[in-house]
Amino acid sequence: MHMADALLSPAVGGTFWAGSIGAIAYASRKLRENLDDRLIPLMGVLGAFIFAGQMINFTIPGTGSSGHIGGGMLLAVLLGPYAGFLVIASVLTIQALFFADGGLLALGANIWNLGIYPCFIAYPLIYRAIVRNGNTPRRTIIASVLSVVIGLQFGAFSVILQTKISGITELPFGTFLMLMLPIHLAIGMVEGFITAGVVNYVRTLRPDIVENSEGIKVLSSGSSMKKIVIVFSVFAILTGGIFSWFASTYPDGLEWSIEKIYGKSEVPERQNPISGIVSKIQKKTAILPDYSLPSTSKEEEKPSWPAVDTITSLSGLLGGIMVLVVVVIFGIGMRVLRKKMRKT
Amino acid sequence: MTFDSEYFNIGYLDSLSYKDTFVHRLDPRVKLLVSFVFILFVVSFPKYDLSGLMPFFIYPVFLLTAGDIPLRVIAKKVIFVSPFALFIGIFNPLFDTSVLLTLFGIPITGGWISFLSIIVKFILTVSTALLLIAATSFLGLCEALERLKLPRVFVIQLLFLYRYLFVLLEETFRMLRAKDARSFGKRGSEIKTFKRLISILLVRTVERAERIYQAMLSRGFRGEIRMLRRHTLRVQDFLFALFSVSLFYVFRHYNIVSILGETLGRTLR
Repeated sequence: MHMADALLSPAVGGTFWAGSIGAIAYASRKLRENLDDRLIPLMGVLGAFIFAGQMINFTIPGTGSSGHIGGGMLLAVLLGPYAGFLVIASVLTIQALFFADGGLLALGANIWNLGIYPCFIAYPLIYRAIVRNGNTPRRTIIASVLSVVIGLQFGAFSVILQTKISGITELPFGTFLMLMLPIHLAIGMVEGFITAGVVNYVRTLRPDIVENSEGIKVLSSGSSMKKIVIVFSVFAILTGGIFSWFASTYPDGLEWSIEKIYGKSEVPERQNPISGIVSKIQKKTAILPDYSLPSTSKEEEKPSWPAVDTITSLSGLLGGIMVLVVVVIFGIGMRVLRKKMRKT
Repeated sequence: MTFDSEYFNIGYLDSLSYKDTFVHRLDPRVKLLVSFVFILFVVSFPKYDLSGLMPFFIYPVFLLTAGDIPLRVIAKKVIFVSPFALFIGIFNPLFDTSVLLTLFGIPITGGWISFLSIIVKFILTVSTALLLIAATSFLGLCEALERLKLPRVFVIQLLFLYRYLFVLLEETFRMLRAKDARSFGKRGSEIKTFKRLISILLVRTVERAERIYQAMLSRGFRGEIRMLRRHTLRVQDFLFALFSVSLFYVFRHYNIVSILGETLGRTLR
C-alpha cells in the first residue's frame, strides 16, 4: 500500500515530508542520547534483513496467492520504537529509490503511514502494554496481531485521507474506505501471526535477541511512554498547522472564500492600482499556480466545462502530440550525439 | 524466479551509476533537489490538465539520454512498479462521467482525462526517481543527504543497509536454493516453513551484526563514522539547476502546448 506521487498534491506531499523529517530528526536525537554503539551495525543489517526477508514468499492459506512480510512491527519489537522507526524509514527510502515504490514526493507520506503508526502508536500503546506483565508465547501472539492490525488500519486510513485531500481521485470516501480497510485487516492478521511466530521461534533459538532488546534498552520506563504520546500529539498539531498554512496560501480556496464574502471574486481594495500590480506580480511569481483541490470552485466550474470550445481542446491535443514528438526527437538526437562523441 | 531478477536489478541499477557522463558528474545535491522540484511541479497540475504535462517529458528524457542509460531497464521498472496509483485511478472514469469534450464525435469524459493525467504523472515521477538513482551512486546520494543536514544516524543507517543488502540477499538466495532443492512442487512455501526461514535468517543477521561490531571495534571504531566528501559544487551544477528549474517554471506558467497547437492548427488551415 505504498502511496504514489501521482495521487498526491504538492501541499499534502510536502506536509508529510515535513512531518516525517521531523520524526526522523526526533528519533535520531533520541537515539543519540543513549546510543549503544552496538546498535549501529545491528540497525543497518536488520534493514537489509527486511529487504532480504521480503524476497521469501509464502502461500497465503486458502487463496493460493503468495505474500511476503512488511516487517515494521518486527523491527519495533527487536529494536524499540526509535531505532525501529529509523530502520523502517531507511528501508522505505531505498525502496523509493531503487524500486520506485511510491516515489520521492510520496516517500514522506509512506514513512509516515508505515513507520509512525506501528512504531509510535501500535508498539508502545498496544504491544508493550500487553507484553509488559509476563511475556508468554500466547501473549506475544495476541500483542503482535492486535498491534500490527491496528497499525496497518491507521496506515490505510491515512492513505485514504492523503488521497482524498489531494483530490486526484473521484472515488467516494465510503467506497474507498470499504476497499482499503478490509484488505488491510486481512493483511494485518497474516502479518501479525507471522511476526508472533518469528518472535516466538527466535526466542527458543536465541532468547537474548528478543528478550534483551524488546525496546527495553531504549525505552525503559513508563514516563518516556508518556513523552512519546505528548511528542506525537505535538507533531500532529504541527503538521495540521503546516497543512492549513499550505491550504490557505492556496489560490483557488482563497478566491473561493473571497467570493463568498464579497459576492465577487475580487477584493474591492483592488481598485488601488498598486495592490493590483502587486497581486498581478504575485500571480505571475507563484511557483505552483492553481492546482486543484476537490473544492467547490472546481465543482462550480464543471457545468461550464463542456462549453469550453472544442478548438482549444483540439489545439491542446495537437500541441501535446507536437511536444511529445519534439521530446522524442530531442532524445534520439542526444543518443546520436553521444554515440558520435564516443567514437571520436 | 523473481528473486534473481530482483536481485540483479538492484545490482544493475547500481552498476549504471558508475558511468562517467555529464549527468553522472553533476553534484548529487543538485540532482536530488532538481528532481524533487520537478516532481513538485508535475504533481501540481490540476487533474484535468493533461496536455500541459507533456513538455515535462523533456527532463527524464534528458537524464536518460545524457546519462547514457538504457531505456528498456527504466521502462520495464516503470511498468512493473507497484500499481497502486493505477488501481485507484481506474475508478475515476467510473465516477466522473461528465463529458468534457468531444473529439471527432467521440465524447470524452472528465474521468478518462483525469485517469490519463494520473498515468502520465505516474510515468513522469517514477521514471525520474529511477533515473536519479541510475545516474547517481548511492554513496553520492547519501553524501548529499548528509550535507543537506539530514541526521547523521539516519544517513549512516542508509549506508549500512545498502552495504549489507547484497550480502544478505546472497545469504537468502542460498537458503532459498537449499529449501527448493528439498521440496517438490508447491510444498515448502507454507507459512510454517516461511516463519522458520525468516527466523533463521533473523538469527543469522543478528549474529552477523555482532561480528561486524567486533570487526569495527578492532579497527578503532569509537562510536563515530566519518564520511568522505567527494563532491563540490561547480559552475555547471548551478547552471543545470538554474536552467532546469526555470524551464519547469515556463512549462508550468505558460501553456506552451496550446500555443503550439493553435499555431499548428492555423498553418494547417
